[in-house]
Amino acid sequence: MPAVQTMQAVPLLRLHRPDSLFARQDGKAITTRRFLADVLSLAEKLPEHPYVLNLCSDRYRFVVVFSAAMLRGQISLLPPNHTPDLINRLSQNYPGLYCLTDGAVGPAALQTIIYPELSGVNLPDPAIPEIPAAQVAAIVFTSGTTGDPMPNEKTWGAISRSVTVEARRLGIFDRGDLTLLGTVPAQHMYGFESTALIAMQAGVILHAGKPFYPADISALLHEIPGPRALVTTPVHLRALITGNTALPQLDLIVCATAPLPRELAVQAEELFGAPLHEIYGFTEAGQIASRRTAITDEWRTFDGLALHQKGDATYVSGGHVVGELPLNDITELRSDTTFLLHGRTADLINIAGKRTSLASLNHHLNSIDGIQDGVFFMPEEKPGETSRLTAFVVAAELTSSEILGALRQRMDAIFLPRPLHKVDELPRNSTGKLTRASLETLFRQCDKGQDK
Amino acid sequence: MNINTDINKTELEQELAQHIITALNLDTSLKEIDPLAPLYGDEGLGIDSIDVLEISLVLAKQYGVQLRSDDEHNAEIFASLRNLANHIQQNRTK
Repeated sequence: MPAVQTMQAVPLLRLHRPDSLFARQDGKAITTRRFLADVLSLAEKLPEHPYVLNLCSDRYRFVVVFSAAMLRGQISLLPPNHTPDLINRLSQNYPGLYCLTDGAVGPAALQTIIYPELSGVNLPDPAIPEIPAAQVAAIVFTSGTTGDPMPNEKTWGAISRSVTVEARRLGIFDRGDLTLLGTVPAQHMYGFESTALIAMQAGVILHAGKPFYPADISALLHEIPGPRALVTTPVHLRALITGNTALPQLDLIVCATAPLPRELAVQAEELFGAPLHEIYGFTEAGQIASRRTAITDEWRTFDGLALHQKGDATYVSGGHVVGELPLNDITELRSDTTFLLHGRTADLINIAGKRTSLASLNHHLNSIDGIQDGVFFMPEEKPGETSRLTAFVVAAELTSSEILGALRQRMDAIFLPRPLHKVDELPRNSTGKLTRASLETLFRQCDKGQDK
Repeated sequence: MNINTDINKTELEQELAQHIITALNLDTSLKEIDPLAPLYGDEGLGIDSIDVLEISLVLAKQYGVQLRSDDEHNAEIFASLRNLANHIQQNRTK
């Protein structure tokens, strides 16, 4: 009965009682009652626009803005980066887009509202707002091949369902005493689901902080009274383990964004005295599987999801996934719910959890005035290390720093070529194609040239 | 005039520059690093946030210096190789 389905509503918060702790912010404890008052107060202040770019870096404020926007029927846009080029494209494609931030300024192209002082009254018996399950809560973007980002609509019902099955898998569903600390921003899919939404829908406590250095992470973890979980990335885990930081015991570690070497997972479990669950997902589907990396290489899909093979590609369907979606990695199915991953398909680039395609990067590179020809190249990746891209460019009239300056306007800094090689011509074959082998040869030649 | 030779760098600055080049896999030679140029952004080394984390590990391992994001001097510390070296000089425990 599809008609009944679309009428369904899902509460903004589940398993949170009015006087229980909803969040920790700068050493302060924030109750669910206070959170609801802040959301209602902000919802009244929001302008009458359909789309919001929520750039609050404080995770509590991010969740307040996301919730208030949803109550007003506004959609949160989550782009992969905030370069001037991408913000311009979004403001053209989504008229009425405005920015809400807790920083000093927003992007030049957008009307910006600074997170206001909220003075909502704590209600004695606050009702938890209900949001239609079919309402689009967010649009998460991947970088398209022509420079325009590709939108992926997320309904409130689907993302609620996704983090509910995640919390059950992680064993933290309804753990009202557990605080989740994240080192990842709430503005990207992983942090959005595994720090913000999971706190709202699984009844755990949100931590507003986003610690960066190992000493920051350690300090915030030590401050949390009671059980704690760390939601992080391989980059941060490696920094914590090799940085000789004094760390408290944890109840759970969650890791995603790039494959985690088994050895690092084992070390992390020993150091923190907690199980480490690695999550696998991609923007289009959200998270779809997890594994206990210290014990097994095998991924297990979240409840309700299943995989199937069609030709060379593997698809996921069921649960919170709408229709069926292809995985971007080379997948070996063990059953319809268990699988191994064997690296990414050729065109896809993922550096420290930020994803793009070579096609997209090459498009941006060749859109720069004065570049005759250019191509990005990903050298062989070493497990556990953050590999960087390189690029070969034919541009007689431009200096390397002019090219880098132009790229900086168009792409996330993490994808900037390191190094950028200026060459006389690219090794195109008779049909005009560039093969991986010919680029590898060029890469080795340039590499040798550097050593002199 | 573009003076950025080894002569202008102190011993600690040279050592630190070498650690950074190694840790970040930079294709820059030691003598190309100007001790006064910004480490971040469009100029100088053009490092990003992943690099900053790598540099923080170098500081912890080699000098026993722990960086914190709530340090109000962070922008200043990363303004140049010289400032970073000064910060190490003042805070090193090994």
